[in-house]
Amino acid sequence: MPEAEWSKTLKKIQEQFGDRVIEMHAQLGQDTVVVSKAAIFELARFLRDDPDLKYNYLMDLTAVDHFTRKPRFEVVYHFLSLEYNARVRVKVPVGESDPEVESLTPLWKIANWLERETWDMFGIKFKNHPDLRRLLLYPEFQGHPLRKDYPVTKRQPLVGPKDPQA
Amino acid sequence: MSDSTTITTKTPEETKQEVEKSNKNMMLNVGPSHPAMHGVIQISVELEGEVIRKADIEIGYLHRAFEKHSESGTYTQVFPYTDRLNYVSPAINNFGYAGAVEKLMGLEIPERCKYIRVIMSEIARVADHLTCIGASAMELGAFSVFLYMMKAREWLYELTENVTGARITISYGRIGGVKADLPKEFTEQCRQALKKTREVLEEVDGLLTRNRIFMDRMRGVGVISAEDAISFGITGPFLRSTGVAYDVRKAWPYLVYDRMNFDVPVGTTGDNFDRYLVRMEEMQQSMRIIEQALDQIPEGPTNIDHEGRVIEPDLMADLGKFGKTAGLLKNETLLEPTLEGTGKRVHLQIRANDKDAWIPPKEQVYSNIEALMNHFKIIMLGHGIRPPKGEVYNMVEGGNGELGFYIVSDGTDRPWRVRCNGPCMRPMAALAGIITGGQMADIIATFGSVNMIAGELDR
Amino acid sequence: MEVDKGGGTEFGFFTSRLDKMIGWARKFSVFQYPFITACCGMEYMSVACAHYDIDRFGAGLPRFSPRQADVLFVVGTISQKIAPVLLTVYEQMCSPKWVVAFGVCTCTGGFYDDYATVRGIDHVLPVDIYIPGCPPRPETVLNGLIMLQEKIQNQKQEV
Repeated sequence: MPEAEWSKTLKKIQEQFGDRVIEMHAQLGQDTVVVSKAAIFELARFLRDDPDLKYNYLMDLTAVDHFTRKPRFEVVYHFLSLEYNARVRVKVPVGESDPEVESLTPLWKIANWLERETWDMFGIKFKNHPDLRRLLLYPEFQGHPLRKDYPVTKRQPLVGPKDPQA
Repeated sequence: MSDSTTITTKTPEETKQEVEKSNKNMMLNVGPSHPAMHGVIQISVELEGEVIRKADIEIGYLHRAFEKHSESGTYTQVFPYTDRLNYVSPAINNFGYAGAVEKLMGLEIPERCKYIRVIMSEIARVADHLTCIGASAMELGAFSVFLYMMKAREWLYELTENVTGARITISYGRIGGVKADLPKEFTEQCRQALKKTREVLEEVDGLLTRNRIFMDRMRGVGVISAEDAISFGITGPFLRSTGVAYDVRKAWPYLVYDRMNFDVPVGTTGDNFDRYLVRMEEMQQSMRIIEQALDQIPEGPTNIDHEGRVIEPDLMADLGKFGKTAGLLKNETLLEPTLEGTGKRVHLQIRANDKDAWIPPKEQVYSNIEALMNHFKIIMLGHGIRPPKGEVYNMVEGGNGELGFYIVSDGTDRPWRVRCNGPCMRPMAALAGIITGGQMADIIATFGSVNMIAGELDR
Repeated sequence: MEVDKGGGTEFGFFTSRLDKMIGWARKFSVFQYPFITACCGMEYMSVACAHYDIDRFGAGLPRFSPRQADVLFVVGTISQKIAPVLLTVYEQMCSPKWVVAFGVCTCTGGFYDDYATVRGIDHVLPVDIYIPGCPPRPETVLNGLIMLQEKIQNQKQEV
């Protein structure tokens, strides 16, 4: 899509974060921005607080394991603006050696659980997260199952009942 | 010791602190095997008397690797797993996922199919709310309400079974359409079922809405503000009870919801009682939508004269095997009612006419080579439906709020990543804050109003 | 009550009759503990309610305390995380006790062949009756319950 047909959101992000934006497109009518890891917290705050955008919802936070691509992971955020009825997707590439992104917990309360889930499933850490532990799986579980190198049927030994006294 | 020891008097504040220190708070573990926790939620609470001082919620007891399974199957094979996400309203999950893949492929589905999807979604929504209100009322002691609600849900299940062939796990959605057309007698049955459901709702309304015990336990309990709800990303009835009228069907219309005339009920205080009222009203609105859709739905070509041209499918297969294909194309197969969608007569009405996502009608598969090859290409591993490279996020209004599917395609026949963004997780994340400071017994009422569906929460 | 359980010649007739009588009494007063986790719970609700009415078979009252229950209904997928809880509940039940695996996930794991789920609850505890189906129709459940009653009737009774 040519730059002139971009939505208000993309134009504003281009203005403010032009140097840190890696890619930008609106395929299938869905605004998508790829930004560098360092800019995500600032961008999220900008999206939330800018009076022309007001993306007050963090609709989804997840990751994708691209496996062969470098950098390997991509953390994907979906934002929704109730007031302007607009959506934007923000993606942050994260390398395998240092999978760490700034946490959004100071901005949205739901980020706490969504980030815990992403840590649980992909092993991506979130800096400044108050309580980063597994959400869906149990503490004894080894590895991160949604990574492409974790086989779907690889079971781990059953954990016995816990001693209530311990 | 000298006599000059001064007698120290304690201020009331100090006494209180001392008493508090000596009475240690009690830790209580609720669940996961607890009748009100639906078997899969663990709430560890720190109690001071009856008042909750701290709460920690542990989820994940029903984690079944939905997202991992979706990556290992083909696009069509994801449908049975989506049924089991929100197993109270599986139709909505089916269509939400199908809609995402269709958006990715740029498929346009036929009018009649859109109406069928709307009707089935709304039936599922009514069943969802019936279960929620019935179960939460039962947990507060109103057992007869539960029995009435289940009675009504049973009629809707029978309706669903007539259309899809299954009561709960229906797998009715298909990429580019639905499995089968509505049966002939559906309209009449549906109107009957809705009429009876309305009667039940009236009865329940009389039993609950002005019931002193019910009101005392629901009113002013489990309150959440609109700001908090938005910060927690809550959608659906839970958000609407706080006064924010966000509904995906209105804000981001899909299928044919923009042609339907319906209201979005909102509450004022965001407490349990408001959530109950919102759900009750939503059922009425859903039934309104179903009735409008039944009036507007375009007719399929069910009035084609096929006398003497209808033959059994196995006979048709046999004829095909022996090469007696001349004239077969003019014939139609007689199919078991729930499989009618695979027959020529209704095929085009409920499926997108696109070779990339479309299994040809059985008559053509058995009689000509192009259709046979097309069928083979769709079914065989390594061929199948192949959306182009890209990513898409599609949302529908589920029973509990916005249900989103984020799909990443790498151009092969298997999804690279399917993310289900279920609405249940958000109120569950907020629950610890809501119940803190309240009474222990209020957990039951508040938890019931969340309508936690574990399949969708833990995936 | 003092009964010669050895089945000596003079008491053999008496004990086998007593077994039958106790079995008859037990099979129509089944107090179940529904361990509900997933989709099958929806069908369990249907079975318990007016339309199919499990009460006709004397199994109408669910007990949510394992101490008061005879039959453990395991309804829905058992994940690796919840398996220890299930075992704890089973161990807390008093003898004689029976286990019903409700739905295909509890029988074999069903199509959830993955890192998170247990491949059938018989990896964790002994099962008496398997009710397949995903989820089983209410009629299937009632059939399973009747089979359980037959089993209770015909087995050697512990007193």
